[in-house]
Amino acid sequence: MDYLQLFLELAQSTVRLSTPLILAALAGLFTERAGVFDIGLEGKMLGGAFAAGCVAFVAQSAMAGLLAAVVVSVLLSLVHGYASITQRGNQIVSGVAINFIVAGATVILGEAWFRQGGRTPALAEGARFQEITLPFAETLRGVPLLGPIYAELISGHQALTYLAFLMVPASWWILYRTRFGLRLRAVGENPGAVDTAGISVLWMRYRAVICCGILCGIAGAYLSLAANAGWTKGMTAGKGYIALAALIFAKWRPVPVMLACLLFGFLDAFAIRYQSTPLPLIGKVPVQLMQALPYILTVVLLAGFIGKAIPPKAGGVPYVKER
Amino acid sequence: MGELAIELKGIDKSFGLVHANKDINLKVRKGTIHGIIGENGAGKSTLMSILYGFYQADRGEILVDGRPIDIRDPNTAISAGIGMVHQHFMLVENFTVLENVMLGAEESWILNAGITKARSELKRLEKEYALEVDPDAVIEELPVGLQQRVEILKALYRKADILILDEPTGVLTPAEADHLFRILGQLKAQGKTVILITHKLREIMAITDEVSVMRRGEMVATRQTNKTSVEELAELMVGRRVLLRVEKGEARPGAVKLSVKDLTVRDSRGVTMVDDVSFDLRAGEIVGIAGVAGNGQSELLEAIAGIRRAVAGSVELNGRAIDVTGHADPAELRQRGLAHVPEDRHHVGLVLKFEESENAILGYHDDPKYRKGLLLDIDAIRADAEDNIRKYDIRPPNARLKTANFSGGNQQKIVLAREMERDPDVLIIGQPTRGVDVGAIEFIHRRIIEMRDQGKAVLLVSVELDEIRALSDRILVMFAGRVVGEREPDASEGEIGLLMAGVEGPKEAAQ
Repeated sequence: MDYLQLFLELAQSTVRLSTPLILAALAGLFTERAGVFDIGLEGKMLGGAFAAGCVAFVAQSAMAGLLAAVVVSVLLSLVHGYASITQRGNQIVSGVAINFIVAGATVILGEAWFRQGGRTPALAEGARFQEITLPFAETLRGVPLLGPIYAELISGHQALTYLAFLMVPASWWILYRTRFGLRLRAVGENPGAVDTAGISVLWMRYRAVICCGILCGIAGAYLSLAANAGWTKGMTAGKGYIALAALIFAKWRPVPVMLACLLFGFLDAFAIRYQSTPLPLIGKVPVQLMQALPYILTVVLLAGFIGKAIPPKAGGVPYVKER
Repeated sequence: MGELAIELKGIDKSFGLVHANKDINLKVRKGTIHGIIGENGAGKSTLMSILYGFYQADRGEILVDGRPIDIRDPNTAISAGIGMVHQHFMLVENFTVLENVMLGAEESWILNAGITKARSELKRLEKEYALEVDPDAVIEELPVGLQQRVEILKALYRKADILILDEPTGVLTPAEADHLFRILGQLKAQGKTVILITHKLREIMAITDEVSVMRRGEMVATRQTNKTSVEELAELMVGRRVLLRVEKGEARPGAVKLSVKDLTVRDSRGVTMVDDVSFDLRAGEIVGIAGVAGNGQSELLEAIAGIRRAVAGSVELNGRAIDVTGHADPAELRQRGLAHVPEDRHHVGLVLKFEESENAILGYHDDPKYRKGLLLDIDAIRADAEDNIRKYDIRPPNARLKTANFSGGNQQKIVLAREMERDPDVLIIGQPTRGVDVGAIEFIHRRIIEMRDQGKAVLLVSVELDEIRALSDRILVMFAGRVVGEREPDASEGEIGLLMAGVEGPKEAAQ
């Protein structure tokens, strides 16, 4: 039972750590499939987390915080959209700019409003998302094997975690089974085909960018309202980039996106769990190496383990009618 | 034949300083195939894009079925019954045929219902117009001819009565083009109106009922096809008399300059593209290689030019071997007298973002005469480039202009000038006139004959059978990587066509 307990601990923390990655990577999936590359997932998530922290504290409501996160993140998305869709600017530059602006602006505003040295005030229970205990979790705990798995792994997460995992099949369904998805994928491959079919390329891309904003906002709210009790500066800590790596690793497909995010989440969980415990055979591994693991894996995987990842053909290219 | 499907009145369109369409009037009769012909840049595509709502005219009126309509976007055009097959296909390459046909006409926000309907509708259209395509095939795996069929199906699925085709045969093999023409005939028989934009006179004569000629943004004439001639149309297009037949004297072949023996080339997937090919090329002759695109001609050229490694065989240039199975060095081959005009000038022949003068020395930049110490001698380069511009009548005559800003014909002249002016012994040319307008074709053909008359050995690859027959002194026909026959240039088109299709002629069969 010791091993089961260990497994459950790791699995549970994998799920928690993967949640923001899944949300952010799906956000990236929507815009990139529509042909707008977005390196600004990080910034949008951070902006969302900040807005959630502020509003949840002021309103003492997690839902208000979530809403604020989504609004701020969508606004940032629209900035990226305006720069790269309407003004046909460079999508990488625009994304990087958003990351920088958010990283700086949140610190300045946070300090100006709350004066707590790079954080928003700690949130009380009611202003955060609570863990949800699924029905019968306690009664079934006694059932061998399945009981603990249900009680510890399936049950007991925050609403946003369930939402993140539900978004995986939902995204798949939207992309592959709806008109919106068909057009969205088409606009990322050959916007000319969409334009000649009488559909507005710009409006399609804006809608994709808005989807991205919503999901990034939720990811941000998860960080400050569920995983933590408030916003701290730089709390995304590169999660936006890891999500981007997972997206490429998954070749821009929803279910592999989830698996890739779980893998990255697992490495993170593993690193946290074993950063001070000696491993069998290897002995004690420096903390820094453990913490670097997810990033090392990102480099290794992207450097060639995944085969050829072909991005959407029109990705990164602003649409200009041929003349 | 009285009713008009389309009438354009006084259409005018400018892009900045370029006056693309000047006061265009056009009448297209219902149930006919109407050709619109003109050189590259004459304004044909712009006019049709206006009709399809892709651009808006600055002035003028469009009448469809006698009713004036304001076509502001492709949607209006589609609902007015106008469909368009673009020159560069507007298909999503990793989508299936079905998804492409549905895109923009999906019925409801959930795809399922639309899919069922599209599937049965496609089946009906396939039967009605003999347009067989597997609805579940992915576009990028289909040959070009079938992709084009999908474009036509897209238009028909949207209930188009008027179908515009923009340079539809530019990417097709002769057989595919013939098939397309049969489809267009079928459409006409069913009462549809077809507008065919092209710069190929032969197509106009073969299939249209009426033809309108555009030149420099103006509509210069409309003729009934059976009351006009190729000569008249060519003259109307270019604005002066054009020599369509190339005048050339008897060839006087000399010593063997290029000798290819048992050459075998595979592509990156390991498929044999050139299979055991042998031939000799002599000084003072043009050997043409005919064949449907994709039968190994491109790979043959590339192997000889040293840019694709062969797996077996040998090639001798001026009696000395080229290391075709090892590391042949294109730069060294140039020095040894081999000039290469590649098939794909945009990707292999030119750097489009470079100035004309920079492209004029591409591959010859090591020549000491362009060197000044460690640096390039820009003055010498420009002087040479300007020389070429004069000799080859490259327009606009500006050596400092970006190459992308020249028309297809002039770009091709830049490449030809570069390769021909080095006094090579052997000249290998791929698709000399692809995407080149009539006026320039005449010039390029004359230059190729001149090279031959100067005693150069010329190897010519072209998918235009007419061109091969007009220029070559001997014709080799390639099919599935093999040379399946050699013919004199006066062999009939049918005879060569059969060889190209892989049906062996009586001579070979008897052996």
